Amino acid sequence: MKHTLSILVNNHPGVMSHVSGLFTRRGYNIDSIAVGVTDNPEVSSMTIVLNGDDFVVGQVKNQLLKLPDVLRVQDMAYASSVQRELVLVSFSISENNRSEALTICNGFDVKILEMTEDSLLIEFSGNSRQVSNIIAVLKPFGIREISRTGQIAIAYRNQNAV
Amino acid sequence: MTSTTEAITGGRLMVELLEEAGVEIVFGYPGGAILPFYDELYHSKKIKHILVRHEQGAIHMAEGYARSTGKLGVCIATSGPGATNLITGLTDAKMDSIPILAITGQVSTDAIGTDAFQEADIFGITIPITKYNALIKKADDLARHFEEAIKIAMGGRPGPVLLDFPKDVQLEKTSVRKASALKIAPHHYERPKVKGDPQEFADALNQAKRPLLYVGGGAINSFASAEIKALAEKANAPVTTTLMGLGAFPGTHTLSVGMLGMHGTAYANKAVLECDYILNLGARFDDRVAKYQDFAPNAVRAHVDIDAAEFNKRINVDHILHGDLKDAIREILPFVKGGDRTGWISRIQTLKQNHPLDYDNSGESIKPQDFLNRVYTKTKGEAIVSTDVGQHQMWAAQYYLFDKPNTWLTSGGLGTMGFGLPAAIGAKFGNPDKTVICVTGDGSFQMCIQELATIAQSKLGVKILLFNNNFLGMVRQWQELFYEERFSESQWSYNPNFVKLAEAYDIPAMRIEKKSEIDKGVEFFLKDSGSALIEVMIPAEEKVFPMIPAGKSQQDLIEFKDLGKLKK
Ligand SMILES: Cc1ncc(C[n+]2csc(CCOP(=O)(O)OP(=O)(O)O)c2C)c(N)n1
Repeated sequence: MKHTLSILVNNHPGVMSHVSGLFTRRGYNIDSIAVGVTDNPEVSSMTIVLNGDDFVVGQVKNQLLKLPDVLRVQDMAYASSVQRELVLVSFSISENNRSEALTICNGFDVKILEMTEDSLLIEFSGNSRQVSNIIAVLKPFGIREISRTGQIAIAYRNQNAV
Repeated sequence: MTSTTEAITGGRLMVELLEEAGVEIVFGYPGGAILPFYDELYHSKKIKHILVRHEQGAIHMAEGYARSTGKLGVCIATSGPGATNLITGLTDAKMDSIPILAITGQVSTDAIGTDAFQEADIFGITIPITKYNALIKKADDLARHFEEAIKIAMGGRPGPVLLDFPKDVQLEKTSVRKASALKIAPHHYERPKVKGDPQEFADALNQAKRPLLYVGGGAINSFASAEIKALAEKANAPVTTTLMGLGAFPGTHTLSVGMLGMHGTAYANKAVLECDYILNLGARFDDRVAKYQDFAPNAVRAHVDIDAAEFNKRINVDHILHGDLKDAIREILPFVKGGDRTGWISRIQTLKQNHPLDYDNSGESIKPQDFLNRVYTKTKGEAIVSTDVGQHQMWAAQYYLFDKPNTWLTSGGLGTMGFGLPAAIGAKFGNPDKTVICVTGDGSFQMCIQELATIAQSKLGVKILLFNNNFLGMVRQWQELFYEERFSESQWSYNPNFVKLAEAYDIPAMRIEKKSEIDKGVEFFLKDSGSALIEVMIPAEEKVFPMIPAGKSQQDLIEFKDLGKLKK
């Protein structure tokens, strides 16, 4: 099962290695990792998506909390958090399928960043499933390059909200 | 960070901070990148520096000092090769939860990352093998880093920390001589409050008919021996310890069933199979003890530990108490009732009688078990014993009974050959009035043998008991039992003359080969407080029993008397 951990850490060099090293060392698999500084320049927020049962996630949490630079670990339940990922995709188009491509882009709330005679560069954000969907839909056109940020997440203030 | 005190160099401050932390002795080896610090150390009246022969020796000495005194062990190395020579010791200290502060020199900040002379990314290298580490980039941060590092090393579940000091930071002046605030959250070093329900815990123990206490190295770290003894006696429960827990409960106590695990006693391992309640006190269900999920198959399992990440890590338990062991037992004790356990206690006695530690002492050759027994008697069990790794380590664990904590120094988690001699040296510096014995093998001894010079130079009284079987004995044992006697690269085709070698370092030495020489040998070895080496020639075929073959569990224990069965 996929779990999303939101981790607050001290923002200084080496912390990323400490955290990712812990995963490697203990044999846990990271699906994605995204890091950015918070409003407090001394603190960064990391979102780690990992695959594992409750036992594995419990172990990961406990081991993370042992790192002196880890300030907080939160397991983000899907229902009570917003989870987003940004993707940039450049793909091929031709005269024949240009309008089909544009229709898809409109339908999916995709932002077009650049259009040339034979390619489109788009930006899309959504949850991981939506991001994977859009990639799947664009695949038949011929994908030239993809760049995904990895997932970030934040809990709803009102934990009852869905 | 405001301070009006006069500015001093980083190196000077490092020395002052060590002094303020009460550090009396450090083990180290100088080099270019750490010279500013060494220059300041030159003036210190409070800190004694022991110049070693290899940085691995320095960190194992710091470990021996820490393990035998319960204090922080400090070691120092220069950048690059000096620092990387600390790796084995750092890993060792991490595995066994030993509080160590390693101080390394680093190339100047402007050279970092340029593959400068003697540069190594020791910060990056040691991330997985330290409890905490830091590269200090400004002298103004030095006080804070020192305070944090020492607190982290000693606090909670102890462990090694490493601070890396670029040369220019040691030369830079600062007037920040005390940290105004720490960045690390207090729960990383403060003693945690006990979490869980001590009464529920005690109830399960009270209901048990056949309880067993299973005591680990955490008991040593938390200085919980008195509490464990009180608990065992009040509950009338037998006690087994892990390799790391030896000495946390008196080995001579009637409730003691000795060590459990791969080479533990048969009665301890059988007690594990028969008990209906097992209380883990500061052990970690290590795989040499608890191989499978069905460890203690008939028992309710309970676990007390200071490290929450240890709960249910390998073996699932029914009751959990999170906190410092000493505190936790104090909270459990009032609820413990002294049930009638005569049936269980007499069953344990029967197990002890029917399955004693055993070996064949006929013939002319010297048996290591016998020799260790003599040393035990002669020292009245009061020596501090360090070991290396191999058969001799297990024989020492089995045949020297430890009554007091911090008297048994062994590399439990990592199994580091080369640990024994420097650890004994460190222990002797920490306990000058005690007899300190290093039990070693002809293989292990040669891994840090150069530290004989450190003994000689400090005129230290360390006793070296070298069992020579001209083999990597433990490797040979496995090859004999599980690899059809193909002794691939386990026999020495060359060994030095160990007696002459010791004498070259002004250490009196003697070799004995026959049983008739034992008394003379023991006498020579322990006659005064000076250092001595005794080389005891033992048969290569001698094996350590009992034994649980690797990958098997308690049910598959092989005793000395089963040897025939095993080799069928
Ligand atoms: C640094 C290191 N290398 C290799 C090993 C693997 N090993 C474990 S026991 C052993 C043999 C030890 O031989 P010796 O020190 O002579 O002791 P004996 O078993 O003969 O008592 C070896 C090679 C180890 N534990 N540590």
